[in-house]
Formats: sequence, structure tokens, C-alpha cells
Amino acid sequence: MTYAPYALAVWLLVAGLFGIVASKNLIHLALCVTVAQSGTYVLLLAIGYRKHATAPIFSDVPRSRRAVDPVVQALTLTDIVVGLTVAALLLAQAVKAHEHTGTLDPAELREMQG
Amino acid sequence: MTRSARIILCAAGLAGLVALLAWGVAGLEPFGHYPGPYGTVLNSVEPHERHAANVVSAVVFDYRGVDTLGEELILFGAVMGLAFLLRENREENTRGVRDRVPSEALRAVGLVAVPVVVLLALDLVAHGYLTPGGGFQGGVAAAAGLLLVYLAGDWRAMRHAGPLPVVDAAEAAGASGFLIVGFATLIASGAFLENLLPLGTFGKLTSGGTIPVANWCAGLEVSAAFVLIFLEFLEEIMAEREAK
Amino acid sequence: MIGAQISALALVAAFALAVVLVHDVLRSAVLYGIYGLMLVVLFVVFQAPDVALSQLVVSTVAFPVIIVTALAKVARRERRRR
Repeated sequence: MTYAPYALAVWLLVAGLFGIVASKNLIHLALCVTVAQSGTYVLLLAIGYRKHATAPIFSDVPRSRRAVDPVVQALTLTDIVVGLTVAALLLAQAVKAHEHTGTLDPAELREMQG
Repeated sequence: MTRSARIILCAAGLAGLVALLAWGVAGLEPFGHYPGPYGTVLNSVEPHERHAANVVSAVVFDYRGVDTLGEELILFGAVMGLAFLLRENREENTRGVRDRVPSEALRAVGLVAVPVVVLLALDLVAHGYLTPGGGFQGGVAAAAGLLLVYLAGDWRAMRHAGPLPVVDAAEAAGASGFLIVGFATLIASGAFLENLLPLGTFGKLTSGGTIPVANWCAGLEVSAAFVLIFLEFLEEIMAEREAK
Repeated sequence: MIGAQISALALVAAFALAVVLVHDVLRSAVLYGIYGLMLVVLFVVFQAPDVALSQLVVSTVAFPVIIVTALAKVARRERRRR
């Protein structure tokens, strides 16, 4: 249990990378990029976690209570929204690629027709 | 290179990457033993310094406000890039497309659900620095509420509820509002995004100084940006419909 | 607490594998929505409610919308081309 969340972060990154390489469809590729990104979210939150601590919000718990790290949560929070933006741009490029070449398969997109 | 050759090569490379990452991760503290001083110091200092109950919101909009400014500008630029990519060959005017949802039951559910979702989103943004929530979460939820107008109603209603010039102006207002707060505090005290407004009482809506202002600017910008993203993607579909 | 954490970790790992290995894009998109929900559970168990809220609205609302519209655009263009 001591290193399981870090192992999950590595698993997500590796699974996402494998999905990018083995993908047969550009839209599925965008999904795999997002899976790889979520590995970093898990890693950040796992670093900030403290045993038997509560969320860093003191509206209902006394201020002396131990809380987890708020900085990594702030980083992850904005990271998620930016991740969606990246995926939206990837999907727009996939739609454009299909318009110009007629296929969504990354393997068939390699040749540049002059 | 065939696909199977690519996969085998990738597997070999990923094995090396896993070994490297495992060695790196083994050097971290065990899960649950948080070592660093940064989080502990912020948790103990922030309620006294900023009077905001949600420390994460205080970190996002005050202590690390420049990161959030950068993230907002990323969102702004990405929406511009998306519009540039998708509007390139789209001459068809989608003004004539109605795309009405035929089921009356769905329209009735939408009629009830849309105000509830929008109010919930506004509540998330407003209480963002007191309870879990904030500008980003509430902004995406508000954009989802506007999307629900299309999903449970028709396309023309969504175009009327969120006309493009208004949404563009809202996004620009949100992004520039954040910048204006930063520059105003720079002029007033010499530090960018310094918290200069009165701090108020802990736990009330008037706490936090400049945090509520930054919170609302971020909420406005994020909701407008996501509405623009949805509108761009949906216009593509409507253009196909018109061309048929 | 430990049981909740272990089961959340296992579910996230399983659904990530499912998203990556399923090649039909529509099914992959639906699986991604469920994967996002598993991530939300994991973030709540890690005592991060703000992050969980952000992940919830992004992965259950925004993501499936843009994926399904991109798919629909591609499918319509294919049908028109035939």
C-alpha cells in the first residue's frame, strides 16, 4: 500500500503511451493522450496525501486539524481543465485531417501526396 | 513499419521507461507520509492571512495566482486556435437550422433542469473560496447548463441563449479582468496580484480580499471559453445538416 | 479507508486498460466517461474535493460531447462522400 498510488500513476502513463502507439483511430488516440495525462494527476495527489488527514477546507473543521497538501491540488485543478483543452484541439485536428485525407487511421496519414 | 513491428518496438521502449520510473518513484516518501513544509505552512498560515476557508482556492487565486493567469491565457489561446482550425472551410450559414428535439417529455425535463443546473453552477462559483468549488468547476458546469438547452431543446434556442458576440465579449472580459486585478495591485503596491482588498470575516462571502474578484473573473472566462468550444464543435454538425 | 483506497485504485487501473484496448471509438468514449467517474471516486478518497469536482464536470460533460460531435461530423462526411 505504501507505493501503490505511484505504481498506478506509472501504469496510467504507460497504458496511455501504449494506446497512442497502437491506436488505429485519431479520436481514440486523443482519448489515450488524456489517459496518460491523468497519470500525472494521480501522482501529484498521491504526493500530497497525508495519512488520517482531511481535505484542506476549514469551513467546518477546526483549523488545528491536519490537512493534506493544498498546493498539489491547486496544480491538478487547473491541469484538468487544460487537459480538456488539449484534447479539444486534438479532436479538431482529427476532424480536419479526415476532411483533407479521407481517413482517420494514423498509419495511412503518413504519406504526403504532392 | 508495420503495426506489429511498431508495437513490439514500443513495448521494448516502455519496459525501459517503466524501469526508470519505478526507480524514480521508489525514491519518494511512502504514500501517506507527506514530508514537505510547503503544505503544512500554507494550511496553518492561510486562514489567518487571507480569511478564506478553502485553502486550495486561496492557493489557486492568490498564492499561485500567476499560474492561474497563465492557465487562463492558455484556455483563451486554445479557443482561438480551435476557431481558426474549424472555421476554415465552413461557409455554410447555420442560421436556418432548427434541429428541434421531438420528444415533449424531454423538452419538459430540460425546462426544469436548465435553471437548476445554471443556479448550481453559479452557487459553485460564488462559494468557491468557502467550500469545495471555485471558478473552474462552476464555469464548466455553467457551460454544461447552456449545452443542455441544445440537448433538451433546439439549436436555435441555444444560439439565442448564448449569442456569439456576447460569449466572445464575456470570455475577453474574464481574461482581462484577471489581468486588470493584477496590474491594479501592481500599480497600487508594487507587487503583481497582491491581495489588497479588505479581508473580511472568516467563513463569510465577503472574505478573502481579491480572491472573490479573481474567482468570478476565472469563472466567467472558463464558462465562456467552454461555451465557445461546444459551439464550434456543434456548428460543424449543423453545417453538415444544412449542406444535406 | 484502506479498503476504499485499494478498490478505487484497482477500478481506475482496470478502466484505463479498457479505454486503451477497446478500438471502437464510440464504446471507448463511453468507457472514458466511466473512467472519469472512477477517477472522481479516487480523488475524493485522496481528500481532494475540488479536484474531484473539476474532473467530474470535465469528464462526464465536456469530454463526451466533443468526442461524439467529432465522430458525428466524420460519419456524416463519410456518408456524404458515398
